[in-house]
Amino acid sequence: MDIISFLQQPIPFLVWTSIVKTLFVLFGAILPLVSLSVFAERKVSAFIQDRLGPNRVGAPATLIGFKKDYSLWGLGQMVADPIKLLLKENFIPNSVNKFYYYIAPKLTMIPPLLVLAVIPFGSSFLVGPDGKPVPMVIANIDIGVLYVFAVSSLGVYGIVLAGWASNSKYPFLGGIRSSSQMISYELALGLSVVPIFLICGTLNLSQIVDWQIVNGWLICPIPFVGGVHLEAWRFALIPLMLISFIVFLVSMFAETNRTPFDLPEAEQELVGGYHTEYSSMGFALFFLGEYAAMIAGSGVIVTLFFGGWSLPFIPDGSSHWLFGLENHVWHWLPGAFWGFVNINVFFAKVSLLIFFFIWVRWTVPRFRYDQLMKLGWIYFFEIALANIFLTALVLVYLKK
Amino acid sequence: MALVLQRPKLSLAEKFYLPAVIGGLVLTIKHFFKSVGGKTETMQYPEQKWDDKLPEWYRGAPTLVADEWGRERCVSCQLCEFICPPRAITITPEEIPSADPWAKVEKRPKEFEIDMIRCIYCGLCEEVCPEQAIFLRKDYAITGYTRAEMKHDKAKLYELGGVMPDVINKWNEKK
Repeated sequence: MDIISFLQQPIPFLVWTSIVKTLFVLFGAILPLVSLSVFAERKVSAFIQDRLGPNRVGAPATLIGFKKDYSLWGLGQMVADPIKLLLKENFIPNSVNKFYYYIAPKLTMIPPLLVLAVIPFGSSFLVGPDGKPVPMVIANIDIGVLYVFAVSSLGVYGIVLAGWASNSKYPFLGGIRSSSQMISYELALGLSVVPIFLICGTLNLSQIVDWQIVNGWLICPIPFVGGVHLEAWRFALIPLMLISFIVFLVSMFAETNRTPFDLPEAEQELVGGYHTEYSSMGFALFFLGEYAAMIAGSGVIVTLFFGGWSLPFIPDGSSHWLFGLENHVWHWLPGAFWGFVNINVFFAKVSLLIFFFIWVRWTVPRFRYDQLMKLGWIYFFEIALANIFLTALVLVYLKK
Repeated sequence: MALVLQRPKLSLAEKFYLPAVIGGLVLTIKHFFKSVGGKTETMQYPEQKWDDKLPEWYRGAPTLVADEWGRERCVSCQLCEFICPPRAITITPEEIPSADPWAKVEKRPKEFEIDMIRCIYCGLCEEVCPEQAIFLRKDYAITGYTRAEMKHDKAKLYELGGVMPDVINKWNEKK
């Protein structure tokens, strides 16, 4: 049996496509996107403050014989920042608890990457040996959203352990703040998406996307295509889903430690918060982990509320249509083309949300600690709870 | 009697906080697009310089000046050397030979060194100089690859200083 036919058997096929998908998501999408969002953070913050931001590092064209260097709007900073962090000395203070000190940055970086395993980042691509297209999701599991919440809340352990293991007062305060903040927001975060499962009847993220393709994006569940469906329950759901979205979005800001809820690393109060004692790649893992969490969070928001990889009037990877050229090209080309477009649609939506995250950071000042607890426990928890019952009532009495 | 400050009464919209957030977002995005359009406050230093915006009294690098006949004004009194707070100035005095037309001035610096690594640009040397021989000019980018380069000697100081005509005329013949 030669290698090609071995790779086309069902189980080896599943294994190698999963590996390819994982490598693509990790090295083709997430790490460049993390690097790009660090750059975007600097650039957008600069523009909002009427500055220019990094604009020098670019292509050193003079090294290979060109007349002048090209700065490319400072895009080289994307590469320069991680290299700088890699080359720095990893200084470890004497008084830290070595084991937890080492393990904490990894615990912060890994959960956001794990979350990405269940997010469908595209429709499908090419065709497998069983005749079905390969779905563009690494693990298509039925408990999708539960898995997301379970894994993403593990991220707080990294922060708490870093705060404790550093054996220093400011990281300690940051760790304490992080744990209590996480407790008060996990509730609202989980409860605010329960209406979605009531509406869609599934926890599987791929099926939620499929539901949204038929019924319209959940932020405004009125279908764009396939005839006009103007039932009363759809309109009744619009304000409810808006509330659900706002609660989820704000909770996601708190979950990813972004301003206005960046209390664990409040620079003005806590020096650097939980990562005060870290340097070099240890600090970089916290830093990049924050952005990876942002990307994972944006991916979840896009999947739950903005139709995932779908865009109205754009066919998915199972399409056989390609502007009327489909009879003149290879039979797999239309599917591959639209599959590629869908992946790009997904990451374009994620990028827009990341821009929103950054935009909010440079607009809204940090909440005071008691305000944050009050918001989480007294308002969002109750709003999310009431929202579940209202959605249930709409579905029972209006949808029939 | 203690002053009692009333808490402001918030309207419903203000209590919700979201309208204020959206207002803030609108404001920042306006600045964002203004900056993207190219209107920023940043001056990109090596290409754009602020030299023509420097004020008259700007205190840049200290320099020695000559008068309109090219005569060096410094008489090597060493007051600047003594007042210099970081002790950046070192003067080696020398007698002017009697054959010189300006022999009546008696002294001049044989060597005059200002260590620009030490200089703090305070301007006390300019203030104390009885001959108005040392002035802080508008050069601010004083750089060098070695410590020796950063030590301005007499030739360098006169090169930077140039000529400063008729400020003081006490050594000239009476007219």
